[in-house]
Amino acid sequence: MGYFLGLILVLAALWLGLSGIYTPLILTLGTISILISLVLASRLETLDREGAPYARTLNLFAYWGWLVVEIFKANWPVIKACVSANLDINPALVKVKTRCESDLAKTVFANSITLTPGTVTVEVEGDKLLVHALFEESATPESFAEMDERSWKAADGSRQVAT
Amino acid sequence: MSELIDVIMAIKPVLGAFLCLVGAGLAIIGTVGVLRFPDFYTRLHAASVTDTGAATILIVGMALLAPTWLVVFKLAAIWLFLFLTGPTGSHALANAAHTAGLQPVIGRRTSNPEEEEAG
Amino acid sequence: MIGAAAVALIVAIGLMLIRVLLGPTLYDRVLAVNSMGTKIVLFIGVLGFVLGRPDFLDISVLYALINFVSTIAILKFFRYRSFQVPLMRRTAPRRTVQGGDDE
Repeated sequence: MGYFLGLILVLAALWLGLSGIYTPLILTLGTISILISLVLASRLETLDREGAPYARTLNLFAYWGWLVVEIFKANWPVIKACVSANLDINPALVKVKTRCESDLAKTVFANSITLTPGTVTVEVEGDKLLVHALFEESATPESFAEMDERSWKAADGSRQVAT
Repeated sequence: MSELIDVIMAIKPVLGAFLCLVGAGLAIIGTVGVLRFPDFYTRLHAASVTDTGAATILIVGMALLAPTWLVVFKLAAIWLFLFLTGPTGSHALANAAHTAGLQPVIGRRTSNPEEEEAG
Repeated sequence: MIGAAAVALIVAIGLMLIRVLLGPTLYDRVLAVNSMGTKIVLFIGVLGFVLGRPDFLDISVLYALINFVSTIAILKFFRYRSFQVPLMRRTAPRRTVQGGDDE
């Protein structure tokens, strides 16, 4: 039920923000489309912890703030490699172990790795991730440890039951 | 206090246009990377510069130029969509290529001819 | 100045088109089209500000979503050669009958 409430709030905010016209007719149409979306979502059975992770919004946004700074730091070497006259890259495939257990935490971690320029998650199997890195020296297991810890905290931290 | 606000309002459009220009420059740099890099997986990294850095800077620049808060909300929505869908698309691409058996180029690559012959 | 940003984005889109045409593998082309889509999303937004009509951002939002869905659809099609195979695994990992990973 909480998932439904979260989805309703997010859809309503999206409608109100994108439309910008607040006459009764438009608001009625908005209510109808939110209801249709809810029916479709429940028929697709996508409303679960991954489909509507709104209970952890604050944690995830705090994590996101940290991630944006990391992304900007990681942009530099890739930009330099793009424009430098001599091509100087050192691609490698690296295996990374993660402590994340739930699907949501794994998704957050893998997406963070992909979002950071210079590293792309190629495959996820169990608790091991196959990562392709543009510079081998920057993709040591230690460099992923902090991101792993933080994404685990954002998506799974202080959760008792592992599903 | 009101003078400070006046100064900020005077600087805002210039700064916004400047950030837009920087973001567009980053987009060109990312494209140059995509054209130059040797294989598919490395090109993926160059493309992600456009997806993250250029998009963020451009959208911040546009937000500084925005006339109303509604426009800022829409820009934030675009930013959110790009940041949620970008890595999913990149991972789907990388995973599909890896599953299909496309092997990445491993090891140091330089455009220096002597070094390449030595290695 | 913001007009220059729009022109620069057009140049970037044009350069990316070269990769679409050259791309040795299929995945290079899909990547280039996806990246072009991101740039077009940004370009439509900038164009709205150049013309003084920020309503263009609505089109931009829509383009961002369609771009993502089309990338995933193309990749799914080239992996399974069919749109019938479900992407989602319900409970137990289920082997797909008609598609599989064709190599």
